[in-house]
Amino acid sequence: MAKRIPIEDSYAASLAVKMANVDVISAYPITPQTHIVERLSEYVSNGELNAEYINVESEHSAMSACLGASAVGARCFTATAGQGLALMHEVLFIAAGNRLPIVMTVANRSLSPNISIWGDQSDMMASKDCGWIQIYCEDAQEIFDIILCAYKNAEDDRVLLPVAVNFDGFYATHVIESMVVTSQEEVDDFLPPRKIPSFALHPDHPTSWGAVGFPAIQTEIKKQLEDALRNSKSIMNEVWNQYGRITGRYYDIFEPYKTEDAEVVLLLMGSSCGTARIAIDRLREKGVKAGVLKLRLFRPFPDKELRSFLKDYRVVAVVEKDFSAGGLGGHLFSEVRTSLYNLKQKPKVLGFIAGLGGRDIRIDEFESVAKKALNIVNGKEKMERDFMFLQVRE
Amino acid sequence: MTEQYFKSIKELPTESWFVHGERSCQGCGEALATKIIMKAIGPSTIVVSATGCLEIISSPYPYTSWAVPWAHFLFENAAASASGIETGLRVLMRKGRLPKKKINVTVFAGDGGTVDIGLQSLSGALERGHDFLYVCLDNEAYMNTGIQRSSSTPYAAWTTTSAVGKVIRGKPQWKKDIVSIVDAHRVPYIATACPTYPLDLANKAKRGVEVEGPAYLHVFCPCPPGWRYPSEKSILVGRLGVETGIFPLYEIEDGELGLTVNVPQRKHVREYLKIQGRFTHLNEEEIAKIQKRVDEESEKLGLGPRVKS
Repeated sequence: MAKRIPIEDSYAASLAVKMANVDVISAYPITPQTHIVERLSEYVSNGELNAEYINVESEHSAMSACLGASAVGARCFTATAGQGLALMHEVLFIAAGNRLPIVMTVANRSLSPNISIWGDQSDMMASKDCGWIQIYCEDAQEIFDIILCAYKNAEDDRVLLPVAVNFDGFYATHVIESMVVTSQEEVDDFLPPRKIPSFALHPDHPTSWGAVGFPAIQTEIKKQLEDALRNSKSIMNEVWNQYGRITGRYYDIFEPYKTEDAEVVLLLMGSSCGTARIAIDRLREKGVKAGVLKLRLFRPFPDKELRSFLKDYRVVAVVEKDFSAGGLGGHLFSEVRTSLYNLKQKPKVLGFIAGLGGRDIRIDEFESVAKKALNIVNGKEKMERDFMFLQVRE
Repeated sequence: MTEQYFKSIKELPTESWFVHGERSCQGCGEALATKIIMKAIGPSTIVVSATGCLEIISSPYPYTSWAVPWAHFLFENAAASASGIETGLRVLMRKGRLPKKKINVTVFAGDGGTVDIGLQSLSGALERGHDFLYVCLDNEAYMNTGIQRSSSTPYAAWTTTSAVGKVIRGKPQWKKDIVSIVDAHRVPYIATACPTYPLDLANKAKRGVEVEGPAYLHVFCPCPPGWRYPSEKSILVGRLGVETGIFPLYEIEDGELGLTVNVPQRKHVREYLKIQGRFTHLNEEEIAKIQKRVDEESEKLGLGPRVKS
């Protein structure tokens, strides 16, 4: 029987990993993800989870040990954040390129300098091109459900790709929320133990991995990964639907809120979506027709879905906690605008960078963004470029 | 004394699981060492290679020289990847998802991948006590990228990044003592070896996979293009390395050190140095400095006295 419990988001992640019956956990502590692996260590130590916990000496080794364990057929998990993800960077590509279905939670954290343990999304964005499926979650329930689905999706023979489940450091990791726990029987039925693949490393059927790729072959190897990542979207929808039929909780690539008649749409990912929804309600009380589009899936990027959803709106304001230094604003803004660029009829897309290094994005700030976007599209206000930093104290 | 799994070279299997057709240079010490090690440890093995000579000569896609499962992931993470393989196999066998079977998880890495960039990952794996054999194929420089100095390059040696000039004459520092670093982890089995002594090498490799817990095998691998000597002299260079006391052959099992190849009368280091182009610039003072160091180290190990020259 499913039951509702109060739970810290980090522990919701640990619980999902335990219920997924992972075989190997390999992790290195870093704030704000540590609660996740601490709880997993307890589960392993007291026998609640029949798994091996490898206390590695760095995040680079955390992911490297996952490579090895996943290559012999084990279901693997790791968790990291900020600098830890940056240290893992080159190993992320190896996991994707070798088609290893590792699941990792990223408690999104700012990158140094200055050293900041607090949340923003610049860590994952700096590794966005690593070939992993990347999902952003908002709350405990979503984290729990998405992790279970992530294993199912990752291990599907048609996918075989690693999945990064992102949620905001502190804003998500350190809050206690109400959540419905799927029963273990339902999880076991949905997610049986990983089948050892025929290509796994084993002396009974030798295979060679990670060969030298000469110019004559590298293009095809890279294109295969791109195709696999693109194709994973439809399988993800299949998995989310299957999970929905069991639990009644359905997930999709994005989640609109009061967008039907909206004149301005705020587009964002992660825990700030809750604050943005309250801002939308307040704006509507004041007669401003605004809505929120929460994006869940960042890789593979759902450009087609976004085109068909956004094409008739007047203005889209992308609010995000990351930016590409010297580039074109935030990573998400850049990709949304690119997705829409070749349409004849399209909304104006504006980018707002906020919430860096754990600075709160307040309700009134979301309201201001919506109003500013409307003013700009109505010609009442001008922006120097199509993107800007918010919250900068002069 | 090494456990005598093989009493003569004829007892080694005729087949190897590192097969011919690989693209090593003529006279390659590490290709020979790898072939002998693979004969000794057999087919129930999973190999992890760090980036390096061995990895590139054995895996030009879509070909492979490996008749056992083999994985190359990155340069510095071979020990960590092997940790995952060993752990994964153990948990899958415990849970009944894989049949129980002894599988030798074995790493091959060069000196760069071991003593420099891979040292952290090696240390972590040794400390955690994974049951695996780590083989360092030491050719004393980054040969794969074209003979650049590593911390395993010996004192005064020429490399492309420890050039011999008017101000600096080769590598100013001594070779890093990686075996002592490994020994500080108190692992059950450590050995040094050289393919010039194939039986000694084979027995040590076999011992490495037989002991429970981490085993470390440091293999002296002469390299013709990197050390600047003719390719037919690899076996001789290896022998002179041992007979001069430059590279003593011993093992440390459960903390106890024993020489496996005794050298009752050590040759002068000049014999070893003079046949290698990387040392031709050495003056008498530098040679004497090396000899003094070797004398001190030999005394600690109990090698025989030096022959007067």
